[in-house]
Amino acid sequence: MTTHVISLVSIGAHPTSGRPRRAEQDARAVELGLQLAGDNLQVLHAGDIAEPTLRAYLGMGLAQLHVLEQPAGADALPVLGDYLQDAGAQVVLTGSQAETGEGSGMLPFLLAEHLGWPLIVGLAQVESIDSGVAHVLQALPRGQRRRLKVRLPFVATVDNAGPKPRQSAYGPAQRGVLQEHDVQVVDDELFTGAVLQPAKPRPKRLKVIKAKSGADRMKAATAKASGGGGQVLKGLGPEAGAEAILKLLIEEGVVR
Amino acid sequence: MLNTLLPILLFAALGLAVLGALRRVNMWRRGRAAKVDLLGGLLAMPKRYMVDLHHVVARDKYIANTHVATALGFVLSALLAILVHGFGLHNRILGYALLLASVLMFVGATFVYLRRRNPPARLSKGPWMRLPKSLMAFSVSFFLVTLPVAGILPADFGGWLLAALLGVGVLWGVSEMFFGMTWGGPMKHAFAGALHLAWHRRAERFGGGRSTGLKPLDLSDKSAPLGVEKPKDFTWNQLLGFDACVQCGKCEAACPAFAAGQPLNPKKLIQDMVVGLAGGTDAKFAGSPYPGKAIGEHSGNPHQPIVNGLVDAETLWSCTTCRACVEECPMMIEHVDAIVDMRRHLTLEKGATPNKGAEVLENLIATDNPGGFAPGGRMNWAADLNLPLLGDKKTTDVLFWVGDGAFDMRNQRTLRAFVKVLKAAKVDFAVLGLEERDSGDVARRLGDEATFQLLAARNIQTLAKYSFQRIVTCDPHSFHVLKNEYGAFDGHYRVQHHSTYMAELIDAGALNLGQHKGNSVTYHDPCYLGRYNGEYEAPRQVLRALGIEVKEMQRSGFRSRCCGGGGGAPITDIPGKQRIPDMRMEDIRETGAELVAVGCPQCTAMLEGVVEPRPLIKDIAELVADALLEEPAPAKTPNLREPAEVH
Repeated sequence: MTTHVISLVSIGAHPTSGRPRRAEQDARAVELGLQLAGDNLQVLHAGDIAEPTLRAYLGMGLAQLHVLEQPAGADALPVLGDYLQDAGAQVVLTGSQAETGEGSGMLPFLLAEHLGWPLIVGLAQVESIDSGVAHVLQALPRGQRRRLKVRLPFVATVDNAGPKPRQSAYGPAQRGVLQEHDVQVVDDELFTGAVLQPAKPRPKRLKVIKAKSGADRMKAATAKASGGGGQVLKGLGPEAGAEAILKLLIEEGVVR
Repeated sequence: MLNTLLPILLFAALGLAVLGALRRVNMWRRGRAAKVDLLGGLLAMPKRYMVDLHHVVARDKYIANTHVATALGFVLSALLAILVHGFGLHNRILGYALLLASVLMFVGATFVYLRRRNPPARLSKGPWMRLPKSLMAFSVSFFLVTLPVAGILPADFGGWLLAALLGVGVLWGVSEMFFGMTWGGPMKHAFAGALHLAWHRRAERFGGGRSTGLKPLDLSDKSAPLGVEKPKDFTWNQLLGFDACVQCGKCEAACPAFAAGQPLNPKKLIQDMVVGLAGGTDAKFAGSPYPGKAIGEHSGNPHQPIVNGLVDAETLWSCTTCRACVEECPMMIEHVDAIVDMRRHLTLEKGATPNKGAEVLENLIATDNPGGFAPGGRMNWAADLNLPLLGDKKTTDVLFWVGDGAFDMRNQRTLRAFVKVLKAAKVDFAVLGLEERDSGDVARRLGDEATFQLLAARNIQTLAKYSFQRIVTCDPHSFHVLKNEYGAFDGHYRVQHHSTYMAELIDAGALNLGQHKGNSVTYHDPCYLGRYNGEYEAPRQVLRALGIEVKEMQRSGFRSRCCGGGGGAPITDIPGKQRIPDMRMEDIRETGAELVAVGCPQCTAMLEGVVEPRPLIKDIAELVADALLEEPAPAKTPNLREPAEVH
């Protein structure tokens, strides 16, 4: 029995040009899905069926891609949730964060909550799926992996620890079919009501070089980051805690 | 006795040859349709054979003369033998003519034999070692059986023993020369070669023409295959072209990938295509294998995918598309077309472009440059140069096509040098700035015809908005694509390489040039400027104008060795025993030159990648810019600013 795997895809944006492309992490979700389910993988997108970039996913060798037709600015969450419930999906794969739109990274969490399914963050590999239980590896920082046992069905997000997506080829991309599904459009008031503005780059922490010798600099450059300078506050009241934090901020020059 | 035996032997062999020819023609007809002038081609064939093909063969005088004697002797002897011995026209004059023809053929065959005594590695052995003996058997036998016809010897001379011997000789001769010609023997090259010349896919190459642009795929035709998967996906005249190969190995000797130990040998590739079109294995191939790949492990047939059956994918990705094989091929076979056709299938259908290929193609789609740099940074190299934009000017004399080298810090020095030259010559020029996109060269060589056509269409659309006299570029790849490959999409421009344009400027006296100082110089011909576009002279002319006497490399001009940077080879990066640029640097070192002049960003990058110590690498534009003499500074005019009123 093959597992019913559905990968969710969105329209990405190239980091330097901002042009639409297949989203990096979503492509990894498709790749993982193809490795799991092969031709039985179902790929799902909620959005505009006329978006030519969708064909970049078909180019990975998919015969079809299901599209829940929605205008821009509509809420993908309820339609995806309803569809997944009805489709009998056992494993739902998504990227961790969309490259366009709100890109909050909340969708997998809200979707898992909506469906009442467990969510795995940072799925790296599925080791086995047996009688309704999957053994998977979850990616942790610094290349660490954590082995988890999850019951089906579940939602999992794939980040850059997932398998590298295969090349999208022109031929299959042109031949693949975009399957349209009519759904009820729900406005995403949180999104349409908000004002978007370009993100400011996160300020860099000031680097104070304290090393006196080359050896010290070498040590500072190679040693693992350690929170040596911090202090642990325990059993303090909120007033005293706030005072300590403010003191630090003034010391660091953040608050003047 | 011979009088009854000879016609039987001759006509039997001829009959079998006709059957073989029909069988062979049917094999070619498995290929796809091609637009060919069937009759016109046939009529033009003798001239193509005697002029164009002979020009290529005549680069090796020994074999050219040998071939003229053998082939002419054979054709005459065969025709006369059919008349004299086949139809029994025992005429003395015909007899003497036949004697002469067979002597001529024998002389030729002797020289073939001498060449084959200690054959160079590039030549195929196997049945080809038998050929000089077969030629001799044919010529000697027909000489002897014709002696009585010419009245030199009595008809019954020598008795039955000699007659039997001659019978065997004639049998051997006609088997090889008539029967073998159409049933796959070494003489197949004459039969298939003649038809290949008649129905060549690039008829423009004959009569001194040049045709190097890749042929476009019709992407709107949904029934046409995207590239070549199986031998039958080639056009029929491509299949015919493969069959014309004489296995001389000139391509093998010229191929940079073969020399570097990468798994490619153009001769073997063509022979593998022959195996593919006829069906079978490569076990009978008697030449050099693909480096690192054993012979006899691959097989195929017209209906079976080529890659990973007949040929491994690395073989196709090793090619730098330098066209050295095509340039050398005395049969004018189009190796590069075949390789790109097969690459197209791998990229467009299989999504199997190796190594960085997929990333580069994705970048080209998303950022219009292979490096994935932000398109907005395309003009950063010229931030302080105040270059006129064509978008502002709308019309200009020279459109300076910058190319993707704009993102490469080394090439930016070349670009800035060329701008200095343009400014010094007071040329009316402009750049497209951010409107320029990659020309599509790399995408096309990697087989991604769709992305190429996308980029080409957008560039052509941009260029159509403006008016300019000519396009000048420092990049021979952009030059080739703009000049030879945009035409198929209705983009017709006058395009010049910067060396050509600078030669014109120097001729017109527009540049105040000093002399090149110091070190001795050699010049490396870029493939896409030289072999692809025939421009060998202009760069040398520019160097001469700088007072440089070019120390030519042994392999220069049309025999120039590739730097290894073409055809997406640095991107697909197929491992070999050594690197192609290292071999080229060895060629450069042999001249003793301390500086090598180049005219291509790829060549610059590849050659500068060779570890030091090595000769310096400078673009021709840099050399010219260095030699520019500053105009005498205009006499300082006193400060004429009006005094400001002070209240």
